[in-house]
Amino acid sequence: MKPGPYYQRDRQWQPAALTPDYKTSVSRSPQYSMISLETTVSEVTGPVFGHNDIDPLDRDLLNNFAKPGESPIGERIILHGRVLDENAKPVPNTLVEIWQANAGGRYRHRKDTYLAPIDPNFGGCGRTLTDEDGHYHFRTVKPGAYPWRNWVNSWRPAHVHISVFGSAFAQRLITQCYFEGDPLIAKCPIVNTIPDSDAIEQLIARLDLNATLPLDTIAYKLDIVLRGRRSTLFENRPEGN
Amino acid sequence: MRQHLDYLKETPSQTAGPYVHIGLAPGAAGFEIYNQELGWDIAGPNAAGERIRVEGRVIDGMGSPIKDVLLEAWQANANGIYAHPESEGDVEDGFRGWGRVITNFETGEWGFDTVKPGSVTDGNSRVMAPHISLWIVARGINVGLHTRLYFEDERDANAGDPVLNLIEWEHRRATLYAKRGERDGKTVYRFDIKLQGEDETVFFDI
Repeated sequence: MKPGPYYQRDRQWQPAALTPDYKTSVSRSPQYSMISLETTVSEVTGPVFGHNDIDPLDRDLLNNFAKPGESPIGERIILHGRVLDENAKPVPNTLVEIWQANAGGRYRHRKDTYLAPIDPNFGGCGRTLTDEDGHYHFRTVKPGAYPWRNWVNSWRPAHVHISVFGSAFAQRLITQCYFEGDPLIAKCPIVNTIPDSDAIEQLIARLDLNATLPLDTIAYKLDIVLRGRRSTLFENRPEGN
Repeated sequence: MRQHLDYLKETPSQTAGPYVHIGLAPGAAGFEIYNQELGWDIAGPNAAGERIRVEGRVIDGMGSPIKDVLLEAWQANANGIYAHPESEGDVEDGFRGWGRVITNFETGEWGFDTVKPGSVTDGNSRVMAPHISLWIVARGINVGLHTRLYFEDERDANAGDPVLNLIEWEHRRATLYAKRGERDGKTVYRFDIKLQGEDETVFFDI
């Protein structure tokens, strides 16, 4: 059976484009409806990455920018999980990229002027390929919350940005991972662009004591789900027949 | 007992935020960390076909260029083959078909060098006009926006394109046509993307 089209993205589960409490969305959201498209070869294909593209050290944010013998300041964490599709099938060999602030909530970015200091031993980005079972893992520091100009007193919960490719351009996804128990999650207008509380729960990494390195590094787990794909049970009738 | 479907739900999207460059283009954020950044060479040196440059801006609902956007491009080679196992045929060695660009922080201009793609046949054996799929993320965009760049000089092919023909407001199809020009003997296609308002670009739910 050859694979068919991807399942339609559930736009009532995903955030809408216009979410006025997140102010920047007001002028950056299309006003007209999107045109819905059956996936063609342009959408069911996507870039393929291999081990030549990345370095094994890229997934270790404790070491990929630190000076020899030094470490970033902060809570040492493992962030791991699996990339699956909506049929619960693992998505192997797909590129996962992350970026984040340091333990004080400061990004190593020329546009970030928050007064919390840069950590000389922390870059804040990493990337890896999932293994055959769809598993990924990173080592990093837990990022700090930081203020942003939305309302005068808006603070982002601690988060790690995650980018995933999947096997098709239709599966391309960027999201953010939050951490279990963070009281800022409920207050955040970016989190609350997501209409369904169960959907928000899907972005909260759980403390995973089974995956810690005792006396070394604590662990959080977040599984990521990409769009699934239909098996072609019956061929669509060709156009014009 | 009530039956349950055992599908998982897709992970919800979140905005890429203002500092997307740290993760996806750290050189632009102001630091070197990776041996190689990905996405700077779409077609590679061996690709056949016409070498082109594609340039543009992404403009918000106030008419201002967005200066913190990141775009990704996905395209077939000059023979209409994608660098992916599901596309039948081979591509040139080094042809990836995927690129990633960011805007200039001061001007909002973005651009990439590639080859002009060939026509691609879709699942119902309909021929699609040459096009480049684009995906746009930035602060303020909650779910990455998909659009397609077509070439204004491919008039006949565009007229028969099954996707363009899904757009019932014919005048809106023009928002997907890149305009051909020339600079220093090189072909340059201009493609400005308007997120909102007058001449809003057509976006697709793919």
